Amino acid sequence: MRKLWEKLKKEDHFSQPSGGRRHPNESMLRLTYVVVAVFVGMILYEGWFLAVRREDTINNSYNARLDSFAERVVRGRIVSGDGTVLAETVVGEDGSEIRRYPFGPLFSHVVGYSSMGRTGLEDLAHFYLLSSHVNLIEHTLRELMGEKNMGDTVVTTLDPVLQQTAYDALGDRRGAVVVLEPDTGRVLVMVSKPGFDPNTVAGEWDSLVSADNTSGQLLNRAAQGLYPPGSTFKTVMLLEYIREHPEDYGDFRFDCDGCYEDGEYAIRCYHGNAHGTQTLEEAFANSCNGAFAYLGKQLDAGKLAATAKELLFNSDIPISLPYSRSAYMMGEDADLWERLQTSIGQGRTQISPLHNALLAAAIANGGTLMKPYFIDHIENAGGDRIRGFLPSAYGSLMTAEEAAVLTGMMEKVVAGGTASAVKSDLYTAAAKTGSAEFEAGRETHAWMIGFAPAENPRLAVSVIVEEGGSGGSAAAPIARKIFDAYFSR
Amino acid sequence: MVSLTEFNQNMIQNILHVYVSWTRYVLFLVMAFYTYLNFRYFSVDESRQKRICARQIWLMLFLHLISYSVLYLNTLDPAVAVFYCLQVVFFLCFILVYRAFYPRASRLLVNNMCMLLCVGFIMLTRLSYERAVRQFIIAALSAVVAWIIPAVVRRAGFLSKIPWAYAAVGIFLLAAVCVVGNTSFGAQLSISIGGFSIQPSEFVKILYVLFAAGMLSRSVKLKNVAVTTAAAAVHVLILVLSRDLGSALLFFLTYLFMLYAATSDLRWMGAGLLGGSLAAAAAYQFFSHVQSRVLAWRDPWSDIDNKGYQITQSLFAIGTGSWFGLGLYEGMPRRIPVVEKDFIFAAISEEMGALFALCVLLICLGCFLQFVLLAGRLENMFCKLTAFGLGTMYIVQVFLTVGGVIKFIPSTGVTLPLVSYGGSSLLSTFILFGVIQGLYSMI
Ligand SMILES: [Zn+2]
Repeated sequence: MRKLWEKLKKEDHFSQPSGGRRHPNESMLRLTYVVVAVFVGMILYEGWFLAVRREDTINNSYNARLDSFAERVVRGRIVSGDGTVLAETVVGEDGSEIRRYPFGPLFSHVVGYSSMGRTGLEDLAHFYLLSSHVNLIEHTLRELMGEKNMGDTVVTTLDPVLQQTAYDALGDRRGAVVVLEPDTGRVLVMVSKPGFDPNTVAGEWDSLVSADNTSGQLLNRAAQGLYPPGSTFKTVMLLEYIREHPEDYGDFRFDCDGCYEDGEYAIRCYHGNAHGTQTLEEAFANSCNGAFAYLGKQLDAGKLAATAKELLFNSDIPISLPYSRSAYMMGEDADLWERLQTSIGQGRTQISPLHNALLAAAIANGGTLMKPYFIDHIENAGGDRIRGFLPSAYGSLMTAEEAAVLTGMMEKVVAGGTASAVKSDLYTAAAKTGSAEFEAGRETHAWMIGFAPAENPRLAVSVIVEEGGSGGSAAAPIARKIFDAYFSR
Repeated sequence: MVSLTEFNQNMIQNILHVYVSWTRYVLFLVMAFYTYLNFRYFSVDESRQKRICARQIWLMLFLHLISYSVLYLNTLDPAVAVFYCLQVVFFLCFILVYRAFYPRASRLLVNNMCMLLCVGFIMLTRLSYERAVRQFIIAALSAVVAWIIPAVVRRAGFLSKIPWAYAAVGIFLLAAVCVVGNTSFGAQLSISIGGFSIQPSEFVKILYVLFAAGMLSRSVKLKNVAVTTAAAAVHVLILVLSRDLGSALLFFLTYLFMLYAATSDLRWMGAGLLGGSLAAAAAYQFFSHVQSRVLAWRDPWSDIDNKGYQITQSLFAIGTGSWFGLGLYEGMPRRIPVVEKDFIFAAISEEMGALFALCVLLICLGCFLQFVLLAGRLENMFCKLTAFGLGTMYIVQVFLTVGGVIKFIPSTGVTLPLVSYGGSSLLSTFILFGVIQGLYSMI
């Protein structure tokens, strides 16, 4: 290529000025450089697309090409980190293939199914499961014999023991549990109830999607369910208050008589309990609604909305499974009632259990949110590692100082507040409970978000029990079982 | 007995599949070597250049043979075998006749033309045998024209003297399409004459370059440049009104390049770019189809069913094909709308591999460099500007089509010269290369 340019330049006319004007050849050469540069750019772009963007792009339900891979490849296995099989294809003697899920409904949403369309990891890892990296000779021989090659194995980050613990702890109640590692983003548990059995989902399809079905078994509540955050939203209010009063938030005082009245409106504490004089820390630990309604009124609505936005409300969250965006709706011109309601996590604010888990994880990880992920690495059918996935940071949701203050406050919630159920000698947990009203006359949804150990967090959890009552009595014990199972290892 | 025949048939299918998956690598290696020689050519002396060109012909024929063996084995249609033989005869005749009549013509360009045609024939046969045959017939007829043109160019000193005639004919043709043209994909592109659908803009391209070269070689004084620019702008404007944005952009950029080559004045370039940007912004404001093209480029995934369908299918094809392709008949290129025209590059990438497709791109770039090299050596200003203008016309078109297919730029709906299906495009590219070959005798 370079020689070509030398040749062009060597041509006689290049140095000859004609009438003080640059010779056309020189201008042509410049334009040629531009063209070559643009083509090099285009080729680099194509290389980048194939090297970086390719897999995410083609793993799409609109790409029919992948389905044709199934004619030559037996869909690979989905396993947990310890090798437990979560999904595998059993090939009968007549060549028929059945996708088997040994744990039945335990992983129904996160592993998903591939019979009636695809969901969960079956969809996320579709491309890998239908790619075969068995060695070339075996590959060719099998193709000559007309046999299918075995697809790659997807090794997930999921922890079957913790998943089972969370699943059992939820019992027959509706709800969801998400557990992840705050410092890596590895998702260990994702439970949504009620579930379904992916082994038989095709047969039960009609009843699952029937209009009379109000259970919503197919919905992955962990990522797609939206609930009022209730008092777990007080973490957001607390963060905003600290931001607006960095020096004197310790001076906050509020007298709680069980019912905070403002004009024609009244905000009650849970069961009308009177908390007495509360500092900020105590109000948070006791989840005093009056104190937070009073506190919320003093905040700048615009800044609060900005903080909510930073914390990924009304935003996309970095996850590859289908999810619902959390909503924060209060504008700067909101009336008093909406301001009071929003301050205690009611009103029009809505959040998914997964998003709440990410908030807990970000606080646990010094303010930095790690992108949650489910696939640890890919192996070929023989167990050789093909490629791995590394943790990656999404960004900073708050400063390390802010995260440290929130952590301290959340520890107090466990030590002497509403989340005493997760108080243990094995570990120091930090948490926030919530009891979210969603319909007058019905029991509240029970929430808990938290992490442990507080000083060096390894687990972050988010639990919701629909109509479970108070967070402290219904959600916190579930988190407790998960923490116990993990830290007693 | 039945099961035994069945078994044999399955076995043949399996062997064929393995054969196809291995030929991908062979095809790429042959193509890569050919492309390498294309650039190696510039750094050796004349006798070795001839050897390189001879080697390229063998490589091309080998690639052609391997590909058609796959096509034949997949279809088991004797017509494909006959078609293959006709193509070989055509390529050899084209090369030999050119060599006999125009010893000074560039053998490298002749080879490249054959290689690009060859890739086009392979892909079109795979996509639609009838269309491939049509394309072949048009190519054969065009080749005759391409043989005559260099002789005309060589003898005709008058070509540089009638710029306004080119402009008059060009503007008339474009205006005619704009008024009575048939609409396809939201743009008026073609006129039907006696059952044939002709795209006049393909031919006006060449007239337009001749016009600009004729005017700008006379003088680069302000008045002359202003008049020329105005006439060029009329071309572009009519194309915009016909909603043929790809061609409008092509004409605009070509003129800009020629103007800078002729005047070496960055102020003209700046004014042109400014005017172009304003026009583009205005077009974006006023034409909904411009907006939808840009939106489909920026985020095709949000409208994957509709406006983003074509580009996302193209990306699926390229991505699923990956570096070495899925192999001929192993992909689903027909899922991409107008794949044999504007999106043929995606089909090549899907089944023959992205590396192979990038080689095609480099061969196109090699052709352009040949054009520029020729322009640099020509003394006569008219000839020089013509060579450079045609080169620009060619390479910008390659850029617009490939860039659109890989989502580097918004899709503008232009074809890949010599590879895409389309009679007008094929004939006009043959004429373009013919003019260039004619200019070689003027050095
Ligand atoms: Zn209270």
